[in-house]
Amino acid sequence: MTKNLRVKTSKFIDETYKISFKFNNKTFYGYKGDTLASALLANNVHLIGRSFKYHRPRGIMTAGSEEPNAIVQLHSDTSRTEPNVRATEIEIYEGLDASSQNCWPSVNFDIGAINNFLSPILPAGFYYKTFMWPANFWEKYEYFIRKSAGLGKSPTEPDPDIYEHRYIHCDVLVIGAGISGILAAKTSAKNGLKTLLVDEKSYLGGSTIYQDSEHFKINNQISSSWLEKEINEIKKIENLEIKTRTSVAAFHGYNFLLARENLTDHLPLEQRNNKIRHKLLKIRAKKVITATGALERPLIFDNNDRPGILLSSAIGKYASLFGVACGEKNILFTNNDTAYETANSLFKKGINIEAIIDNREEIDSKLIKEAEKHNIKIYKGYTVVNTSGYKRINKVSIMQLSKDGQKVIGSKISIPCDCLGISGGWTPAVHLFTQSGGKLKFRDEDQVFIPDTYSSDQISIGSCNGDFTLDEILFNLPKILKKFLKINKTDYDNLEIQSSFNKSKRNIWFLPSDKVIGKTKPFVDYQNDATAKDIKLALREGFRSIEHVKRYTTTGMGTDQGKLGNMHALGIISETSKSKMGELGTTTFRPPYTPLTFGTIVGRNVGEYFDIFRKTPIHEWHVQNKAEFENVGQWKRAWFYPKNGESMHDAVQRESKAARDSAGILDASTLGKIDIQGTDASEFLNRIYTNAWSKLAIGKCRYGLMLNEDGMVYDDGVTTRLSENHYIMTTTTGGAATVLGKLEDYLQTEWPELDVYLTSVTDHYATVSVCGPNSKKIISQVIPDLDLSDENFSHMSYKNAKIEGIKCRVMRISFTGEHSYEINIQANYGESVWKKCIKAGKEFNITPYGTETMHLLRAEKGFIIVGQDTDATVTPIDLQMDWIVSKKKYDFIGKRSLYRSDTIREDRKQLVGLLTEDPEEVLEEGAQIVADINKSPIEMLGHVTSSYYSPNLKKSIALGVIKGGKKMIGQRLIIPMENKKINVTVADPVFLDKDNKRLNA
Amino acid sequence: MFIINCPYCGEREQTEFKAGGEAHIVRPKQPTELSDDEWAEYLFMRKNIKGIQFERWIHIHGCRKWFNVVRDTSNDEIKAVYKMGEKPLIK
Repeated sequence: MTKNLRVKTSKFIDETYKISFKFNNKTFYGYKGDTLASALLANNVHLIGRSFKYHRPRGIMTAGSEEPNAIVQLHSDTSRTEPNVRATEIEIYEGLDASSQNCWPSVNFDIGAINNFLSPILPAGFYYKTFMWPANFWEKYEYFIRKSAGLGKSPTEPDPDIYEHRYIHCDVLVIGAGISGILAAKTSAKNGLKTLLVDEKSYLGGSTIYQDSEHFKINNQISSSWLEKEINEIKKIENLEIKTRTSVAAFHGYNFLLARENLTDHLPLEQRNNKIRHKLLKIRAKKVITATGALERPLIFDNNDRPGILLSSAIGKYASLFGVACGEKNILFTNNDTAYETANSLFKKGINIEAIIDNREEIDSKLIKEAEKHNIKIYKGYTVVNTSGYKRINKVSIMQLSKDGQKVIGSKISIPCDCLGISGGWTPAVHLFTQSGGKLKFRDEDQVFIPDTYSSDQISIGSCNGDFTLDEILFNLPKILKKFLKINKTDYDNLEIQSSFNKSKRNIWFLPSDKVIGKTKPFVDYQNDATAKDIKLALREGFRSIEHVKRYTTTGMGTDQGKLGNMHALGIISETSKSKMGELGTTTFRPPYTPLTFGTIVGRNVGEYFDIFRKTPIHEWHVQNKAEFENVGQWKRAWFYPKNGESMHDAVQRESKAARDSAGILDASTLGKIDIQGTDASEFLNRIYTNAWSKLAIGKCRYGLMLNEDGMVYDDGVTTRLSENHYIMTTTTGGAATVLGKLEDYLQTEWPELDVYLTSVTDHYATVSVCGPNSKKIISQVIPDLDLSDENFSHMSYKNAKIEGIKCRVMRISFTGEHSYEINIQANYGESVWKKCIKAGKEFNITPYGTETMHLLRAEKGFIIVGQDTDATVTPIDLQMDWIVSKKKYDFIGKRSLYRSDTIREDRKQLVGLLTEDPEEVLEEGAQIVADINKSPIEMLGHVTSSYYSPNLKKSIALGVIKGGKKMIGQRLIIPMENKKINVTVADPVFLDKDNKRLNA
Repeated sequence: MFIINCPYCGEREQTEFKAGGEAHIVRPKQPTELSDDEWAEYLFMRKNIKGIQFERWIHIHGCRKWFNVVRDTSNDEIKAVYKMGEKPLIK
C-alpha cells in the first residue's frame, strides 16, 4: 500500500536529513523542508480527516494557509495538544505526532459517516428548524449538539509554551515575499526607507521561486533563477528586515497591523525548551505594501470533495517545490491556462497526466501547444459531471458543455485516475486590504474583486491587485512603486519580460450536471459541508443578503473562513437572484487571516502577570503574619489573619470582638488620597459633595458623599482641611482613580475658572488605623508628645505630629464607631510605625484585623460601603442619609437629579437593617426579599446587600435595599432560599451604639 | 487602533487615551431652574452620529488633559484636535 511518490530531487528538500513522524499512530518518513502534507503525499496518503457535517472522507486540497480539509490535531499530551493545524503549513520535525479530527473510531471507519447518507434530511438550517420544538427539550438536544460541534479537541491544561508581544515601527511594511513583495521591499529599502518584509512561509519567492517553465523569462533568464539573485541581494540590505514564518493576522486602521511570527513550531521538540514559541508583532508602518498574492479557485461540480482532488496549482507546487507526485494517474480540470503550466511541469518531472479537461472550446497558447506536444489528451469544451471513489478518487465522468454553459450534452465519458487537479482561475487575496477599510470593485472581464479605494497610506501590488501574469505584474509594478514611494526610478524600469499566457477564462460558478441538483453534492465550503444546493435553498427560503446566506448555510464560517469557496457562493447567489456581483458585495473579512492561538494573543500576560497588583508598604508584615488577601481593585488587601488554623469565620469573630473590647489595628493605606490646593478649594468641595464645606474649620475633618450628575451615590470619604486653601480628600480604595478623573473632568471642562490643583498622593502615605477603647493609650505611647485629650484633639479633627522626628498627620476619624486614630506617614515609614503600634498595643492585645472585620464593624454601625450597599441606582435619600444633603446650597453635582420624578418616588428601594427571627441564621448577600410567598409571580421587594454574624451583638445582622423600606420598620418579610424560608424583620440600619458614645470612650 | 495628536504632548497611540463622549455639552448654570425634561435633555440625550462627530478625549495615561477631537466615526479619521474652550476650525 505504501508507495514512494517522491519523484525528483528538489533543491528545497534536504534528502540527507530524514525525519520520522507519526500520523494516526503510524510512523512515516519525510525530509527536512517537507510540510506534513507533502510528506504524507510522498507516502501516498491522501485521506486526512472527515468533514464537519457529513463526515465525508477528505484529503489535502491545497498547499498553503487556505487549506479547508487537511486540518489535524497535533500532539497527544493534554497541555500542548492543538486542534485545527493545517497539514499544509506545519513543517515536519522529529517527533511530530498528528492525528485526524472529527472521526470516531478512526478516519478509515467513521461512524459519523452515516450523516452522509442522511444528508437529504440534513439541509441548510436543519438545526434551526429541527431543534425549535418542543421548547423544553432544548436541554436534551443541547447535550448532543455540543458533542457533535467543533473540530478537534482543545487542551485541558495550561499552555506550557512562552509567547511574546513586540512593537515594530517601520517606514514601509511589505506583506508577502513573492516576486512583487521582493521587488517592492528592495526598492523601498534601497531608497533609504526602513523596511520590513514578512511572509507566512519558511522560504522567500512565493510561487515564482519554483517556476521552471521556459515560457516565463526575465532578462532572458528563467524567472525563478532571476528572482533567486534578487533574493540573495535583498538579504544583504541593512535597513531591510525580513521575517519568514510570519503571518499577518490583522490590518487595522492607521496602518496598525498584527502579525504572528512562528519561531519554534518547525523545530524538533527537544530544541524548543525555554524558547519563545510565537511572537505577536504589533506593527506601526508609515506605508504598507500588500503583496499577498492570489488563491486558486476550485470548481463546483458533483462530488468535488474526494481525497485526491486538489487545486491544480497545489499539484504543481508539490511536484516542483517538494518533488512529490500527488498521484500516478493525474487528470487536470480547468477553465483557464494556468493548469497547463502545471501539466507541462509535471510532464518534465516524469509524472503521468492522463488528460486535461478544459471547459473552454477554442483555445490556443504556447502552453497549450506544449501540452499537446507532450501527447496529453485534452478534452476541450468538456466538464466533469461526477467523480467516484469513497476514500480516494478513482474515476471522473465528463460530458460536453452546451454552448451557453448551462447544461451538458452528448454521452458520458469515464476516465480512471487517482488524482484530479482543479483550476477555476484566481481570486486576489484581498482579505487584509478589506480589513483595513479598503473598498473593492468587481472586474467583470475575469470575475474578480480587486482593490479600489484605500483607507490609509497603502497600496496593493501583484496578483492581490488583480495582475495575475508575469508580464502584467512586472509592467505595472515599477509604475505603482514610483508613485507610491515618490521616487523617480526603480531597478525594474526596463526589464525584458517573456511571458506566455492566454488570459481567457470560461467562468461558470456552478457547473451543470446530468443529474438533478437534489441528487448531487457540489461542495462550495469544504470545511463546513455547504453545497451549492444549500445556497440555492437559502435563496428559495427568502434569504437575500450575502451575510444572511452565509450564516444560514455556514458557508465561509469554518477555520479557513471559506478562502476557497466564498467567491462561488457569491457567484451562485448572483446568478440565482439575477443580481450583479459588484452590487452584491462580499461578506466582511475579519481578522485573523489565519487562526491565532490564545497564547499568542495574551503573550506574557498570564498568571501573576495577567494584571498588575498593588501592595501597601506594610504588605510584607501581613504576609509574614499569615494574612489571607483579597483583591480590591488592583490592591492586595489583608482580608483576615487566621491563627492556629482558624476558619475565616472564627478569625473574623475574634478580630471583631478584640477591636470593640480592647484594640484593633488596620492597614488603611489603600484608601485613595487626593491633595487639593488652591484659593477656590472650598468652593470646589461645595460643588462636588452634597454637604457644605465653606465653614469647615482648619484642622477639622468631615465625611462627604459624592454623587453622579444623575443623583446616584458615586463615592464617599473623609476630607480634612489642612490649612486655609489646602485639603486632603480620601476616597474609597476602588474608586480612587475614577474619582480623581471625574474631579479633573469638572475642573478642566466645566469650571476652568476655579483655582484648584489636584494631586494623587495615594501611594505617598501609609495609613495605620488604630481603634478600640484602648487606642488612646496605645497612641500615647507611640506619639508621647501629642496631647490626646478630647479638648485638644476631638473626634473629626487632625493634628500634625512627629514619630521619632518623622512628620505625620494624625486624624481622629472612625469607620468602626470606636474611638480611633489614623496615622498618615510617608510610605516608607509605614511598616515601622505599624510595628511600633503593635509593640505598644501588646499589653492591650492589639489585634490586626482585615477588610472582612472592617466590613462587619461598620455594618454594626450601619455605615455604607459604596459599591456593596449601593449600585449606581441608589440616591443618598434612598440610603436614609438625608442629613448629608445640603438644602441651602444652590447647586452641587447631582442635586437637580434628586427631585426628578423618578428619584422622588416613595417606592424606591431604600436601605434598611434586617434582623433574622433566628439570631444564629446569617443571610446570604444578594438573597431576594419578598413579602408574599404565595402570590405568583412572587414580587421581589429588594435584596440583601451586607450580612454578618455580629460577635458584639451576639446575633445575625444585615443591610438590604427594599422598595419603600423606610416605612416598613418592624414589618416581617421573607427571604426564600433554595431549601428554606427565612423570616426577617425590617430594622433601623444602625445596630450598635446609636448615640455614638463609643467614639469618645 | 488610531493615533491621536494630543494638543499638549503630540502623537500618541489610542491606548494612552480615554474617550469621554460628545463634546460641547455645557452643564447648565442654573440646574434648579430647569424642568425635568430640560434636565433630562442635558443628562441623558446624546447624539450617535455616523460621520463627523465632535468628541471629548482625555490623555489619561499621559498629561491627563481633556481636549476635543473631531472624528469621522465611519472610518476613524481624525479631522481636528483642539483644546478645551477653543472653537473647532471645521464645522
